[in-house]
Amino acid sequence: MPSRIPPLAITAYTATSALGRGRRAHVEALRDRRTGLRDNDFTAAPLACAIGRVDGLEAQPLPAEFAEHDSRNNRLAWLGLGADGFLDAARAAIDRHGASRVALLVGTSTASIGSTEQAHCTLEDGRFAPAFASPSLHTPHSLGLFLEHVLGTRGPCSTIATACSSSAKIFAQGERLIRLGIVDAAILAGVDTLCGSVLFGFNALELVSPEACRPFDVARRGISIGEAAGFALLERGGAGAPRLLGYGESSDAHHMSTPHPHGLGARLALADAFARAGIGAHDVDYVNLHGTATVKNDEVEAALLVDTFPPTTRASSTKGWTGHTLGAAGILEAVITLLAIEHGFVPGTLNTDTPDPPCDARLALANEERAVRVALSNSFGFGGNNCTLAFGRAA
Amino acid sequence: MNGVLTVHVDGIGWRSPGLADWDAARSLLRDGGAPALIGASGASPALLPPNERRRAPDTVLLACDVAGQACAMAASGPAQLPCVFASMHGDLAITEHLCMTLAANPLELSPTKFHNSVLNAAAGYWTVATQCHAASNALSASGASFAAGLFEAAAEAHANGTSTLFAAYDAGARGALAETMRAEASHGVAFVLSPERGARTVAALRLRHDGDGDGAEVPEARGSWFGVALLPLFGALAHGHSARLRLPAGRGTALAIEVLA
Repeated sequence: MPSRIPPLAITAYTATSALGRGRRAHVEALRDRRTGLRDNDFTAAPLACAIGRVDGLEAQPLPAEFAEHDSRNNRLAWLGLGADGFLDAARAAIDRHGASRVALLVGTSTASIGSTEQAHCTLEDGRFAPAFASPSLHTPHSLGLFLEHVLGTRGPCSTIATACSSSAKIFAQGERLIRLGIVDAAILAGVDTLCGSVLFGFNALELVSPEACRPFDVARRGISIGEAAGFALLERGGAGAPRLLGYGESSDAHHMSTPHPHGLGARLALADAFARAGIGAHDVDYVNLHGTATVKNDEVEAALLVDTFPPTTRASSTKGWTGHTLGAAGILEAVITLLAIEHGFVPGTLNTDTPDPPCDARLALANEERAVRVALSNSFGFGGNNCTLAFGRAA
Repeated sequence: MNGVLTVHVDGIGWRSPGLADWDAARSLLRDGGAPALIGASGASPALLPPNERRRAPDTVLLACDVAGQACAMAASGPAQLPCVFASMHGDLAITEHLCMTLAANPLELSPTKFHNSVLNAAAGYWTVATQCHAASNALSASGASFAAGLFEAAAEAHANGTSTLFAAYDAGARGALAETMRAEASHGVAFVLSPERGARTVAALRLRHDGDGDGAEVPEARGSWFGVALLPLFGALAHGHSARLRLPAGRGTALAIEVLA
């Protein structure tokens, strides 16, 4: 078991998704139970499904000085970075601590692969057209290169890409670097955008629902894919700011694309998050579940919920609002969890009418007004890669 | 805390075209040779069950091969070791295949190719094969992927007080994408890193992220993480010498490495 860690402050945070740009747009959509999902209007080849698309990215190229990075993913990063004053807060932290004392840690699953896909649709004599010649469009580190250029951080910078747990694990990475004295702050960024690879890839795995996803419903038919950008600033101190209390990371050691049948990895990640945070299940007011609406994920996660938490804990999946934003899901749902703490409400589970019997009363279907002092967010990815984050109210 | 992470190398894995393991690489390096990077890696790790060995892409075979070597040399049970896998390009052959299929007939995309396309495919296959339930990480940082992965593994080793497995790998590919990225090199290396010196320790590495230099260092955007700057590290390990080197880590930043024999 890991030892308890000192909590860290999250002094700024924001998200942009199909629900809109910034925290207020998310709170309002959650409170109004207004989904961001729509019928798929993204792919050229028809694919009957719902998607969580961010409007307007096609018409918003990056500023000319960043043209070498111009991709859908980096456009969404740029849009999200400016929301809620996050860019200013990040720059202030760089001024405060010094650029070499601030890490830039990014998480994404597919980075700018949408540009690589486009490049293959417009080959000239078997080669990429000049418009797609920039290597920073085709590297898994595309998002990191772009944000390092924008922010001018000079601390450690890397991309974690562990599929759907990517941008949850950057919280753990940031905590380690701060605790070890390598840096004084970490700028965390998770961005993933819609692209053919994920829509047709998950479709090939028969995991895409033809209708808007219905997490934990008896009639659930799979995921709805969305896109999002989320940012958080992690540092010590920060009076009045919410806290990262702990985290747990684990591997299922079971299968590349199917969760462990008994959620072994998820249970280990949860236990480590409890140990680092110095809390137990009875302390947890709210759990933002991974809740993808695949048959298997929800079955395994529901069993974990019932086995582990007392009936006083409330839990929900917010993917009916945003879709599954894959590599961005970790930080998007961390932001939603922080909003639940800040605003004192538990978002319910959209599109779900009849919960699968194993999902007992702990699953919140309707929104609930309720003080949230300690909350968790679960993220599980391909390769059996799990991460649970624990957050708490301002100290 | 002075920002220095010292880790102890308890095991080393290596594979490059024509050099199947660290013993072979060490002999070449001791004789003053430079490893070839172009060609098939030939990796076929016995650690993966036969079915998985057939299904797994070259990148995964390469990563699991060197990871297995490092664990064997360190006499570390892989099931207990947290792991960090680093790659500059991911699997370009699969990315190319996905993109060509999407351009022609997206509904024919292969589900296996898709789930093998994630950057953490190596970590996934590795943890399944070794029944490792510890944390597994997959990370990329352009031409600084080796430096970033090594630093992350050292940070995990110290933050958690446990030995940690680190592997860096990339496999050369053909096609428009590989050409754009000049991704020709096939190479994998791995270390088992411990926060404390142990019976199996062969060298120590003192790592310091340097963001206060003159800012001239920039990682390669194309090509390989294995370059001239990295050779002194493996040269020192092969000879049992001490050495100092700097690897570009980011935009104007470097990872300073001191090898202590």
